Amino acid sequence: MGLETDYEIPILTTSAEFFIQWARRSAIWPVSFGLACCAIEMMATGASRYDMARFGAEVFRGSPRQSDLMIIAGRLSRKMAPAMRRVYDQMPEPKWVISMGACASCGGVFDNYAIVQGADQVVPVDVFIPGCPPRPEALIYGIVQLQKKISASRLDQTPKARIA
Amino acid sequence: MTADQIIAAIAPAVPGATLVALASADAAVTPTIVVPREHLVATCKALQAPGLEFVAFSDVTAVDFHPNRATRFDLVYHLVSPHRRARIRLKVQINAQEAIETLSTLFPGAGWPEREIYDLFGIVFDGHADMRRLMMPEDWEGHPLRKDYPVQLRKDAQTYMPLQVTEEEFKANMERDRFQRGSAKPR
Repeated sequence: MGLETDYEIPILTTSAEFFIQWARRSAIWPVSFGLACCAIEMMATGASRYDMARFGAEVFRGSPRQSDLMIIAGRLSRKMAPAMRRVYDQMPEPKWVISMGACASCGGVFDNYAIVQGADQVVPVDVFIPGCPPRPEALIYGIVQLQKKISASRLDQTPKARIA
Repeated sequence: MTADQIIAAIAPAVPGATLVALASADAAVTPTIVVPREHLVATCKALQAPGLEFVAFSDVTAVDFHPNRATRFDLVYHLVSPHRRARIRLKVQINAQEAIETLSTLFPGAGWPEREIYDLFGIVFDGHADMRRLMMPEDWEGHPLRKDYPVQLRKDAQTYMPLQVTEEEFKANMERDRFQRGSAKPR
């Protein structure tokens, strides 16, 4: 990227890849998808005190078809797993997944028959956030990590392998 | 009213049944009666009669005593008398393969709790209109709240469920919606 000053109007030059990834990482719209108590922290992160809007990620969409990010906020039951997969499948590419909290990441304290031991059995996860529940700062840190991952990824990369 | 008084009041309406009062810590609030499983519906009918008026069904749940008891399960019914501000608890001892009559004919609200018990304990209620699982997925195997069920089940998560409408129904719905949207436009 460089600043061209030889012209009447200054011009910034950059690569298309940087520009597109900048646009993608600066407006990560999550789908409204809360499963348990972590969703309360997710709402707090979106509200004025923590204000996820500072990172361009505050617009919780009511439809997966308008979303880039799914935040799995809470324990995922076996009965919910197909429904969550369907929401994920309806999101357009490119899409990312954050697994928020201990339950979504590994089952947490719910080591039993009803809870999926890790949401990565159902959808591919980009960022895992530890905590029970994670504080809003942790979720914001996770989103910033995802932004770093997006800006570091290349446009010609094929979409990551989708598990069945 | 103590459990013994209630038993004395309903005994004529339930001939042949051995009703036993059970001591409990909350007997002053909720007296407990053990009812034989074949007399449960008759007992509940008698409890609804004037004078007792246990007309509101509160809940039914089950307890598994495996492997400590020969008769494995307790069904625990809670009835309420709103007029007398009284409660009663009925306990029915039952094994998994034994038949128990549904209470949903007497109290429609018993339908879902009985489905829950069928789902989690595997006790089948005779005469229930819709004896399907309530909590677990419909194709689930086993009854998770039984004491001999593996708690830490290692099993892959199911990620696909079939659509609940056929393709023809889906298309018909779309056609109907389009027609309604079209006719709702201002002329």
